[in-house]
Formats: sequence, C-alpha cells, structure tokens
Amino acid sequence: MSVVVEHVACPFCGCLCDDLSVEAEGERVVKVRRACSNGQGVFREYDPSPRRPTLEGREVEWDEAVRAAAEILDAADSPLIYGLSSSAVEAQRKAVELADRIGAVIDSTSSVCHGPTGLAMQAVGEATCTLGEVRDRADLLLFWGCNPEASHLRHFRRYSAAAEGAQTPNGRKDRTVVAVDVRPTDTTAKADIFLQVDAGADFEVLTTLRLLVAGRTPAADAVGGVAFSDLTALVERMTSCRYGVAFMGMGLTMTPARQMNVAELFTLVAELNAHTRFSVLPMRGHGNVTGADQVLTWLSGYPFAVSFARGYPQFSPGEFTAVDMLARRAADAAVIIASDPGAHLPARAARYLERIPTILLDHGSSVTAEMARIVFPTAAYGVDAAGTAYRMDGVPIPLTECISTGRPTDEDVLTQLLEAVT
Amino acid sequence: MSERFTLVTGRTREQAVGMHKGKGSNEYREATSIIEVNPDDLARLGVDDGALVRVRTTEGQVDLTARSADVPPHLVFVPMGTTINSLMGVDTQSTGMPSLKGIEVELSSPGSEKVEQ
Repeated sequence: MSVVVEHVACPFCGCLCDDLSVEAEGERVVKVRRACSNGQGVFREYDPSPRRPTLEGREVEWDEAVRAAAEILDAADSPLIYGLSSSAVEAQRKAVELADRIGAVIDSTSSVCHGPTGLAMQAVGEATCTLGEVRDRADLLLFWGCNPEASHLRHFRRYSAAAEGAQTPNGRKDRTVVAVDVRPTDTTAKADIFLQVDAGADFEVLTTLRLLVAGRTPAADAVGGVAFSDLTALVERMTSCRYGVAFMGMGLTMTPARQMNVAELFTLVAELNAHTRFSVLPMRGHGNVTGADQVLTWLSGYPFAVSFARGYPQFSPGEFTAVDMLARRAADAAVIIASDPGAHLPARAARYLERIPTILLDHGSSVTAEMARIVFPTAAYGVDAAGTAYRMDGVPIPLTECISTGRPTDEDVLTQLLEAVT
Repeated sequence: MSERFTLVTGRTREQAVGMHKGKGSNEYREATSIIEVNPDDLARLGVDDGALVRVRTTEGQVDLTARSADVPPHLVFVPMGTTINSLMGVDTQSTGMPSLKGIEVELSSPGSEKVEQ
C-alpha cells in the first residue's frame, strides 16, 4: 500500500523547495511530484538497506562500531570533524558539542564553497533578503558567477527569474535578468543581458561598477573584456530599478582574489542602496550548508574553520579548514558527516583520509566510504528522518520523515559518540 | 604540441544525475570525464571532437574526452568530480578554498605526444 506525504521539502540544494508530494511504498519512494531531477534523485535513488556499521570493511554490531570510533577519538591528538552540509541542524549542534568535548577542529563544506563569502560578510556585512522578497518584489536580477540552471534547477521558476509574485504578477515578463560569467551557460542563455567577463577579471569589473555608481568615469574603453558602454548601461539599470537582487556563486569564490571578489560585490550592493533597494544572496549548494554556518556561528562565534584544541574556539581559515588540515597532515583522525570529501576535495588532500582513521556517518555510498575505517549508515534527513535545515536565504525549513526505516540519525550516532568518549 | 589554457570547473546537470546514480556509475564517470574546448583551439591542438585530450597541471595529468563547445578561446570547462580533482592543487591562499576555477592547465593531443616520444 502506498502512502502520500504532501508539502515535503527537498533536502538536496539550498533552495529547499517545500512543495513536493512524495509517494512511498514501504521503505521505498516510488513517486515524487514537482521535484527537479536532483530532487527525484534524492528520493528515488535512496537505498536504506545498509543497516549495520562496518569496521575495516566487515559488518559489526552498532555498539562495537561506537566503541571503536570512541577509541580512535580518545587516542587522537588532532581530530578533524568535517562535512555537515547534508545533515540537519540537530546533528550539527551535536557535532559542535563533540568537537568541543574532544578538542577537535570542526569545518564544514562551506570552506570549499562559500567560505570566502563568509570572510567577505565578516569584512563588509551583507545586504540580505529572503527568497520570498525576491519572488514578490525584485524587478532586476543579477546572476554573477553562478549557474542555477545547472545547479539549482527550480530557482528560476520558484523564487527568481520566472516566479510570479505580488508585484511581479507576470513573472519573467516583469523582470530584467542579467548574467555575468566567463563562459556561456544554461543560465546566461536565459538572461536578457549576458556580460562575458575575462577569466579572473571579476574584481576589476566590480570595482569599475562601484566607480560608476559613485559618479566617477574611469578612462577605459573596456574592463575585463566588457565594453565600457555595457557597464554604464548596467549601472543605469541597477540604480533605477525598483528592487534589485544579486545572486553570486563559485565564479567569485573559487577564482583568484576569492573573498575580495565577493566583498567587492557586497560593497557594490550596499552602495546601490543609496539609489534604490538592492540585496545580495549567495547561491548555497548543499541542502543545509547554510545551517552548518548558522549552527557553528551560534555555538562558537565563527561559521567554519574552528578549532577547539585549546579549550575555546579559534577561527583560522587556511589553517583549520579541511583542505589545509589534510594536505598538511595536521589531522590524525577524522569524523566525516554527510559529505564526500574523498570525491570533492583535491586528490592530495582527499587521499590523506586513507592514511588516518576516518569515521564516516552518511546515508549513501561514496568515495569517502571506501576510504573510511568505520562507516555508520545513517538516515537521510528529509527522506527517512525529520529535522531542520536552513534555506540559502537563512530561513529554517522543516524536513519530513517520508519513509520509516528505523535507521539511526547522524544526531543519534553523535550522541552515542559523546557518551562513549572519555 | 601542447598549449596553456585556463581551466574552469563547475556543475552540470549530467554530473548531478550521475552523482545520484553513484560515483562509481558509468553515468557519473562519463559526465565528469569530458572537457569543453573552443572549436578553433581543438583544431589547433589537432584533437577531434570526441577524441581524447591530455590535460596536465603540476599535480598530474588525465586524458579527457574533448567536446567542441561554445567557450571562449583559451578557456576550457570540466564538470566537477573525482577525475578533475586529481589535477587540483591544495594551496588555499589562507582561505580554505583551493583554486577550482581559473587554473592554468596544459592541453595536448595524446597521439602527438607519442609521436614526439
């Protein structure tokens, strides 16, 4: 017999679309309505059958795996806790508590996604808004170094370019969409205006826009591959729109200048508020990577790259971030939660996870699982566990238990580890 | 011959579909083992659309399937994934973020290298 659950939030990406209808038969999801291909993948490809933890590749009882994991953590001088972005707030809190207890470094996948955005926010602040405001009010949208048509597949329809809102009843017709990127993408193809910048020239282009907004005229025909006339036309649009919103992505954070690029965009947006209403939102990737930033900031004062080794939180990107900790061999044990650094970090950093005892809590198969000494197969928040996640605009959204499997959650395992470590 | 290019990595729909199937799946491997190159650049390298092209950084080298695409000259795009991560360096410039876009790479035709050797 099938059961249909309505108003379900998809836990895959930072959009957290919460209008899904999920139909389940026993422990399998058989149909998902309104989800994008990623949402379909999250629910339809989910395999809850692994139930027992593994220790060096062999299945063991749950208690034995918890004891072995606690022994690893008790023996470690410099453990690293990493991941968190596809887990729930409830588990993230426990992960910070564990880091505090064992004197670990704790970092989230933010450090290889919007970590530089966090650094920029600390430096210049953020003029933010909710996606509801974008849908209802924004008549100018700027997508800079991001490609939601490949990464956030319902963003346009549900929240931004094509969304129909209170002051934008005609959806796409009521908005001007500008895309800035180093190459044509699915997103730039749907924009009204595409500014193709030279690779690595974002900072210069953003600085020029700031000068133009300030009423100065740089002596240049083109900046970063963009004609000066195109930049002045964009500034005219930005200063005269009713409500502008900039969305930004890895095109600014993963390139040279990283947080400086982002700070320049955030400053531009702040300065545009002297002319009209303008906001900026980072396109957050994983479903609850925003929650990881939020929880770490509530509990330690810092959004990522936090060490509890001295008994109090210290923040040091470039030192307490996962790539640096692993590449410099500064960690002697790792707890990986709901992420796959084995696949997503540069190989030299990823491979080090095989050299140290790695404990993994995750709901699916992964490259990291093949590297880990201990693997706890946990429930997937939003599929077979309830919890809370933060949308990319900082709005908390409840995640639903759509199927009942009895798999323990990340929170359960972290609680057991907290009880088992000495 | 080999030439220097600027590499940008990023998301694609195909890469995401492959990820849901599993990173050991053919879908994932195929989606993350292509490189988009400007057609003029491909012609100059002597690599056919669909043929293998050798990509090298200071971290190592991999052979990827060349795809003639609408990318600017001297810029190439590879979907994020385990294949291209083997070429990524670990210097984060004190931010935690490695350079995953805007990286200098060297492209060549594997066939031409064999002839040279």
